[in-house]
Amino acid sequence: MEKTINLKLKVWRQDGPKAKGRFETYEVKDISTDSSFLEMMDVLNEQLIQEGKEPIAFDHDCREGICGMCSMYINGHPHGPDEDVTTCQLHMRKFKDGETVTVEPWRSAGFPIIKDLMVNRNAFDQIIAAGGYVSVSTGGVPDANAIPISKEDADEAMDAASCIGCGACVAACKNGSAMLFVSAKVSQLALLPQGKVERARRAKRMVAKMDELGFGNCTNTGACEVECPKGVSITNIARMNREYLMAKFKD
Amino acid sequence: MTKIDSKIPEGPLAQKWTNYKNNQKLVNPANKRRLDIIVVGTGLAGASAAASLAEMGFKVKSFTIQDSPRRAHSIAAQGGINAAKNYPNDGDSVYRLFYDTIKGGDYRSREGNVYRLAEVSNNIIDQCVAQGVPFAREYGGYLANRSFGGAQVSRTFYARGQTGQQLLLGAYQALMHQVNEKNIELHTRTELVEIVIIDGKARGIITRNLITGKLERHFGHAVVIASGGYGNTFFLSTNAMGSNGSAAWKAYQNGAYFANPAFVQIHPTCIPVHGEFQSKLTLMSESLRNDGRIWVPKKKEDAEAIRKGKLKPTDIAEEDRDYYLERRYPAFGNLVPRDVASRAAKERCDAGYGVGATGLAVYLDFKDAIDRLGKDVIEARYGNLFQMYEKIVDENPYETPMMIYPAIHYTMGGLWVDYELQTSIPGLFAIGEANFSDHGANRLGASALMQGLADGYFVLPYTIQNYLADDIRTPRMSTDMPEFEEKEKKVKEKFEKLLSINGKYSVDHIHKELGHIMWDFVGMARNKEGLQKALDEIMKIKKEFWANVRIPGKADGINLELEKASRLADFIEIGELMARDALNREESSGGHFREEYQTEEGEALRRDDEFAYVACWEYKGEDKTPVLHKEELKFEYVELKTRNYK
Repeated sequence: MEKTINLKLKVWRQDGPKAKGRFETYEVKDISTDSSFLEMMDVLNEQLIQEGKEPIAFDHDCREGICGMCSMYINGHPHGPDEDVTTCQLHMRKFKDGETVTVEPWRSAGFPIIKDLMVNRNAFDQIIAAGGYVSVSTGGVPDANAIPISKEDADEAMDAASCIGCGACVAACKNGSAMLFVSAKVSQLALLPQGKVERARRAKRMVAKMDELGFGNCTNTGACEVECPKGVSITNIARMNREYLMAKFKD
Repeated sequence: MTKIDSKIPEGPLAQKWTNYKNNQKLVNPANKRRLDIIVVGTGLAGASAAASLAEMGFKVKSFTIQDSPRRAHSIAAQGGINAAKNYPNDGDSVYRLFYDTIKGGDYRSREGNVYRLAEVSNNIIDQCVAQGVPFAREYGGYLANRSFGGAQVSRTFYARGQTGQQLLLGAYQALMHQVNEKNIELHTRTELVEIVIIDGKARGIITRNLITGKLERHFGHAVVIASGGYGNTFFLSTNAMGSNGSAAWKAYQNGAYFANPAFVQIHPTCIPVHGEFQSKLTLMSESLRNDGRIWVPKKKEDAEAIRKGKLKPTDIAEEDRDYYLERRYPAFGNLVPRDVASRAAKERCDAGYGVGATGLAVYLDFKDAIDRLGKDVIEARYGNLFQMYEKIVDENPYETPMMIYPAIHYTMGGLWVDYELQTSIPGLFAIGEANFSDHGANRLGASALMQGLADGYFVLPYTIQNYLADDIRTPRMSTDMPEFEEKEKKVKEKFEKLLSINGKYSVDHIHKELGHIMWDFVGMARNKEGLQKALDEIMKIKKEFWANVRIPGKADGINLELEKASRLADFIEIGELMARDALNREESSGGHFREEYQTEEGEALRRDDEFAYVACWEYKGEDKTPVLHKEELKFEYVELKTRNYK
């Protein structure tokens, strides 16, 4: 049943990449517990516009948990306190009436802040561009059923491929490591016969690009897996390490 | 009246595409390097086109409003992608996919285009598998299929409930590969704000950098619009928040015809609306109708008790449930096409049998499927959808039926294109949801992914060469030309005007008003009186917007309200054209239901003798009535019949 709650929000405001940031405190009233966290932010922004102030900049798009655009570090967790959800799927029933909620951007060397809660995740695209694909052009490929793939491998590849590229793993990691993201793509393609052909080249190039872009090292704390909204497993990191070592041995 | 030439190739239906390819002009590799192609949008159509054109050797400039091409709304497609592979040996063929698509579209699409779509559907699956898309497989290692609405065969390929995501990532990776090879110049967080026409041909675009606010000029020998549909005209839809119709609308304002704007798809299985603060509607995949059974209580008093919270759906005995789709349409049952399922839900709710607090919901029940197959099987098939439902509604669909209601989902209408996917402006192409082709008045489930990728991987890369072959001597043009200058000035003035209004209402406030008018009068059921009222109301909203919108901040730097305002200005005009087109089309076809034209049983009544045409609207200037041109639809290979899913 629908209930409403009042909240105090401490939100990170920062005018630009080089500007000094600060927390600002806002109050929102009569928020339906059936609304999503972003809908609550919409209400706050509407309030700010009515007061003639600039609304809070945040990234969002599909609002159904798949595009990976929304971010926000809420009460110390990427995508907030609920499990297996993105911020757009986090609902206000997870908060208590009168609670103070702290909202920050992703904080990591790899993701510079653009404004308020918006960050630049361009580094992820660059890592994919370095090798996160099968080098095949359109046309001239065999029939889709020409190469059988065991259901187990296909399912495991799909588990890895479910990554939405939101960057929660990096935000959760004390080292700001992008290993979960990178390993998910390396794993998906290494598990499938189509991707095996260039697996060594792929692992080396993606890891090199990740290192170049300022992401930290993995120290196996597992925080990334816990905060991943899609439950991508750290076994992918182990697989990537094997892929990388095998590639290096061949050199 | 201008003659509309669809350029359908000669020859028998099954030979048309082959004949076209055999006779079209090509561009040699050395010349490809000298030709620039602008692709606006990086969804399935845009990303697959950009990647394919770049692989061929063209210089591609790719634009997206998102921070990454991977975010495009194609990513949210859940259920699957159709192809005529006939792997399950259940009688499928290219012809049958073609036939189902024409029939599903209520005979308002072109035979030639649709046949080509069915023909290349198989190539798409091959291509995606080669890219490493992890489609669902059987234990033997071969690809799995499931069935979708409007078909009696299982031709839908899928990757759990995330097929759109996996296909988009495949296309995105191919695109990023070409970025790495320096064949694609990628512009993220960049929005098209104008199209530049030089000597009657599309030669470039003006964009706004969404971070710096700077207006930028880009030249292309050809421009491809792949910016998706205009469903967000309704404010509430299953589209992403950023999805908008502005790029297509700029094309229209520059002279490209806009076709069948009234053809909008209302998806039957969405999570019902729950409050005024709501920002979007969430789709529950049509694939759920494979195993879920749709029902409402048979007795009005039961429905009322449920609405008041006195009864639960599980309290209603089997004999007191009305499985109305199975009752009305025994041959297709729960798998009737989307328009039919949506209208049937509305009919039951309007008659007082709706459930949920608002009475605007019906049940989608998995109890029988769970009893028959076990919870594990259902979880493997739909686990992510069930989880999403539970997060939003806070109810467990394994234990209690889901509540669903129709919502705006997809726009079949869009920029008019000929067989070559070229709009009525030479050099301006439109692909994917942004164009009008292939789906007629109603799109079948799992066909949007098919069409987007067909256009991008296998159609446009051929047809655009036929145009560019005549352009190989055209050097790259300077963006200092007066045509660029003039368009940039126009855009700058528009933004200044928007910022200077400083009125009372936020953009969303006005957009919600528009949405209510659209849903009430240009939604699931339309009539003459309502549409005329809608036209009046939309004009009022337009006036109010230009007099009373409030946009804080400046034109330079990030200004999210300015972005939204600029898109809303176009949505208002799109809404007006939709109402105009719906008023003109005095028949019911597919997603367009005119209450005046229905059978005694309440089914859609088409009027083929008068309306078997594509309505192509030509822009005549601000506040001037657009002119209608008709492209007659000729059916040589299928017989026009009343759709029957009984």
